[in-house]
Amino acid sequence: MKRWQSRISPFLTAVLLLAAWHAAVVWTHTRIFPGPVQVLAGLKDLAGRDLLAGYVRDSLLRVSAGYLAAVALGLPLGLMLGGSPTAAAALNPPIQIMRPISPLAWIPLAIIWFGVGSGAAVFLIFLASVFPIIVATIDAVRSIPPVFRNAGQNFGLPSAMLLRKVIFPAALPQILVGLRIALGIAWLVVVAAEMIAVDSGLGYLIIDSRNAGQRYDLVVAGMLLIGIVGVILDSIMRRIETLKSVRWGFCND
Amino acid sequence: MTSPLQITSRWWRTRLRRAAPWLTLAALLAAWQAAVVLHPRSLIPGPWPVLLGVVELAKKGLLFKYVLASLFRVTWGYLLAIALAIPCGLMLGWYRHCEYAFAPLLQLFRPISPLAWIPISILWFGLGDSAAIFLIFLASFLPVVLATMNAVRNIDSVHLRCGRNFRLSEAQLIWRVLFPAVAPQIIVALRIALGVAWLVVVAAEMIAVNSGLGFLIVDARNAGNRYDLVLAGMILIGLIGLILDIAMRRLEKLPSVQWGYIGAK
Amino acid sequence: MSNQAVQARTTALETRLRVANLNVTFGEGEKAVNVLQNITLEVGAGEFVCLLGPSGCGKSTLLNVLGGFLKPDSGEVVIDGKPVLGPDPRRIFVFQERGVFPWMTVEGNIGFGLFRLTKEEQARRIFYYVNLVGLSGFEKAYPHELSGGMKQRVEVARALAVNPDVLFLDEPFGALDSITRLIMRRELLRIWQKERKTVLFVTHDIDESIQLADRVLVMSTRPATIQRVVDIDIDHPRDISSRHYLDLRDQIFEQIGLAHKV
Repeated sequence: MKRWQSRISPFLTAVLLLAAWHAAVVWTHTRIFPGPVQVLAGLKDLAGRDLLAGYVRDSLLRVSAGYLAAVALGLPLGLMLGGSPTAAAALNPPIQIMRPISPLAWIPLAIIWFGVGSGAAVFLIFLASVFPIIVATIDAVRSIPPVFRNAGQNFGLPSAMLLRKVIFPAALPQILVGLRIALGIAWLVVVAAEMIAVDSGLGYLIIDSRNAGQRYDLVVAGMLLIGIVGVILDSIMRRIETLKSVRWGFCND
Repeated sequence: MTSPLQITSRWWRTRLRRAAPWLTLAALLAAWQAAVVLHPRSLIPGPWPVLLGVVELAKKGLLFKYVLASLFRVTWGYLLAIALAIPCGLMLGWYRHCEYAFAPLLQLFRPISPLAWIPISILWFGLGDSAAIFLIFLASFLPVVLATMNAVRNIDSVHLRCGRNFRLSEAQLIWRVLFPAVAPQIIVALRIALGVAWLVVVAAEMIAVNSGLGFLIVDARNAGNRYDLVLAGMILIGLIGLILDIAMRRLEKLPSVQWGYIGAK
Repeated sequence: MSNQAVQARTTALETRLRVANLNVTFGEGEKAVNVLQNITLEVGAGEFVCLLGPSGCGKSTLLNVLGGFLKPDSGEVVIDGKPVLGPDPRRIFVFQERGVFPWMTVEGNIGFGLFRLTKEEQARRIFYYVNLVGLSGFEKAYPHELSGGMKQRVEVARALAVNPDVLFLDEPFGALDSITRLIMRRELLRIWQKERKTVLFVTHDIDESIQLADRVLVMSTRPATIQRVVDIDIDHPRDISSRHYLDLRDQIFEQIGLAHKV
């Protein structure tokens, strides 16, 4: 019974939601706001003009480039700062000051440095994800139970091996949570960056469809696509969190 | 006994650790200044003009006005969001039927970047405060609802049985056992949501309104390339964001919720 | 309570570990707490010694100093004629089951300290110690799939696999249920008789100390001093209802200041 309910209810809500949306559009006789049928037509239109795949690909490429650069810098830096209180004390103030600056506030500087284009968007995504990754990694390393570190030292591991075999795997579950949150923020920022700094991608699709002739069917189609890609990215990260070698960090026993 | 050598080395180490933040800050400012001197034709001003920019904004009364405008939007959007999100999340986690009905809906909306709502919010609310407040509401409501719901679902059943054992009524059980038990996780979600809200208000102000710190940045750039004011705006955004974050971390230090963070492996 | 530290007697065995006038203080200035006071003891090679005292008395602190994880304020720890300066793989510390690495399989954990050996030698030792602690069939299991007793056996096997001279065990069976605890004691004795390591075993369980140790060092609280040394001169396997066993038990109960009737 319960199982049946939990399987069927998502579809039920989705259908109800679509129906309510459709009804609201019909009843209010709005000319501007699209119903589900128009949105579907809009999606078909985009796919027909070969824009759909291109926009999704551009957004994903920008996010991957910026995010991977952030992981490549943030992860080692966080591990180092988590392990050394002196280094952390030295680098903490710049990190703490830069971190809360909304990445979008960097847009003017990004445009000076990289011009209008993908470079600026990638830079913004890098900024948006690097600080959450650094901070999450530092926190993760600091909250490793001392027992693990002691046990590693006891067996006489050289420090590089201690890092690879004890510190990193012990911190990994918490680091992965940080990486997932950072990817969510990166996906949020790419949309904004594309609204302002470039002329392709899903963010551009949304703002362009609005500005060029109030095509709200395409605006909502773009939002749906953003949502779908976001769900896929998130579920990939959650899949990684269920791997056996990190799952110990998430179960409560 | 401790050797004098040990004492002096320890003394130096604590001294160094205390001075390190100021040393790096000074080094950073010096590097900034040096970069500006080395590239005289760059549009980016040095630290001193930026400071003058902040003073200029303060003199014109814009500093106070813009900071207040941004904080006003964040406060309304965020407070409205959490006032709704926490009760909703508790309900969804507590009553299975609510969860079955509404959780898929939330999962559907959550991954849509709040900024993607900008055109729609302008359509519905026009250019102005309400559009920005709506965006901030969206950005903070969904994460807090979902975190609260998950926290309730993962609550240690021993606590609930204990409450039932003492014959607490449903309302008492929610208020005296459930809520305090999930408070630590809710507070973490609140902190993350406030960070996202602060990010979103800047973006919203860049596009949808004509006041606030986000507007300051875009306006200073568009109206005559005043990059000193752009950087001044960024620093203000950073400082306020830092203060908000510190305030939220203070909450996590409260003794009544701290148990949720220590020893949680 | 006698303030004077009782000096642990030298045994007939060759001395492996010597501690002289050890003092440890936590905190500074007015808040300073004297945790260990004037600890002096000697442990022979192959001897099984229990440190017995109530929770929080400082016996774990002592063990951490011996293991090299904590520097004493004064006094010295000498093992095999050399002062202890830090942790060393010849002396392995066994924590409560928390010390097992949850991100490694049973195999990975037991082979953790064997990184200097060839692959074949590693595999040979892992195979041997998996069998010794009775975990064959669970080589590929992760710790969260094991029971508490099994996790504890993994940790003991991990320690033995590097063939250390000394084992420090810090309340290793404290988190186990009482039946598993009895089984683990028997296992530990069996392994100890086979491998003859020098063992320092911290516990707050009076029966556990009498069942396991050659000598029991009874410690007092705050600051911890060695109050008394009790030689357990019963051959293994020990009859825990014999007159002599009960006498020794009574002595220790009395020493701790508890009547042995509830």
